[in-house]
Amino acid sequence: MSLARDLLAGARDFLARAGALSRFFGRLLLLVPGGLLRPRLIVDQVYNAGALSLAIIMTSGLFVGMVMGLQGHDLLSRIGSEESLGTGAALTLLKELGPVVTALLFAGRAGTALASEIGLMRATDQLSAMEIMAVDPMRRVVLPRFLGGVISMPLLTGIFVAISIYGVQLIGVQYFGIDQGQFWSEMRSTVEIEDVREGLIKGFVFGVACSLIAVFEGYNAEPTAEGVGRATTRTVVVSAVATLVLDYIVTAILL
Amino acid sequence: MRQSRAIDVSTGLFVLLGLVAIVFLVTQISNREFSLTDTSFRLKAQFENIGGLKVGAPVKMAGVTIGRVEQIGYDMQLLKAIVTLRIDRKYDEIPNDSDASIFTAGLLGGQYIGISPGGSEDYFKDGDQVEFVQDAIVLENLISKYMFSQAAKDTSGEPEASSKAPETKE
Repeated sequence: MSLARDLLAGARDFLARAGALSRFFGRLLLLVPGGLLRPRLIVDQVYNAGALSLAIIMTSGLFVGMVMGLQGHDLLSRIGSEESLGTGAALTLLKELGPVVTALLFAGRAGTALASEIGLMRATDQLSAMEIMAVDPMRRVVLPRFLGGVISMPLLTGIFVAISIYGVQLIGVQYFGIDQGQFWSEMRSTVEIEDVREGLIKGFVFGVACSLIAVFEGYNAEPTAEGVGRATTRTVVVSAVATLVLDYIVTAILL
Repeated sequence: MRQSRAIDVSTGLFVLLGLVAIVFLVTQISNREFSLTDTSFRLKAQFENIGGLKVGAPVKMAGVTIGRVEQIGYDMQLLKAIVTLRIDRKYDEIPNDSDASIFTAGLLGGQYIGISPGGSEDYFKDGDQVEFVQDAIVLENLISKYMFSQAAKDTSGEPEASSKAPETKE
């Protein structure tokens, strides 16, 4: 009996959070036109979310690409078509691996930074202070961070995919000696512009989701040290799950 | 102020890098080729059957890619597939009695159009039609042709056998 009650309470809790998140998203969207008038704040946040994530994105991208080169070559050499390595790797990276891994890294690197920063502002009453000074913290703090994340994610996705294709090329062409021309020309003749668009759309969608979750969790963090910690953890967990669920939905729509 | 400028520079660098990566993906990885001036001419070819030929498939001459398939359409009057080939202007001295055939690259590879040069003194011009074409080889057609020819052999062979049989009886 108490188990059922717990489940019910859990479900209610989940619904309440989802509702609060949606309302928060709606409020944020209404502020976007006004927020774009202050590009200075957004540039700073593009730096925080994007430029500072560059090192982790590039390193991970290179190694993901190199692993794909090794595994892809092993797989394809079993069926005797190593030349398709470029095609297979490029399609996998563009359509799935690139956006998803970038979003997971982004949630880990930028999302946690956003959530803990805003959460700490909440815990140290900085947000309340702003309200007293008639500065809307949604507009001054939350919105630029959200937009910075949304702008950064597609760019990070592009960089990740480009670097990992270079990694695949490094292993496939330089190490295994697949013919360079065949590698590129087969990739070029198979990959369509729609595939690139799909990857970038996914990057954008994940960017919206991960940034939204990060600023929401930070903004609604309990104003204690423990609360900020919990908000940070939840950011990563919820972002990761949301990314994978959204990935399925976007793929189903676009395919 | 100085710190804010450093942020600007690295943000700009990041955005630039991102855009370069996306342009790289669009132009180098996918089969969209951007050129400011269109340096190519078009040929048309009619096929009974194009098999699995796709838009963007290479057009090759002696194995060298000289262009791409730009458009594939179907003509309701001729009841044939009309394939438009975009050939690079560099290769504008193709004899106009050359023939176009649809080949398959490797066992799993895609199909492409191979052009073998003829002996004419005149060259293809923009908008010309390739007269001599060879359709894609469809595996099912080959198999059915083989099976029917076997069946024809069998039926033509049987009367002989039955006519022979009585002979031996007699």
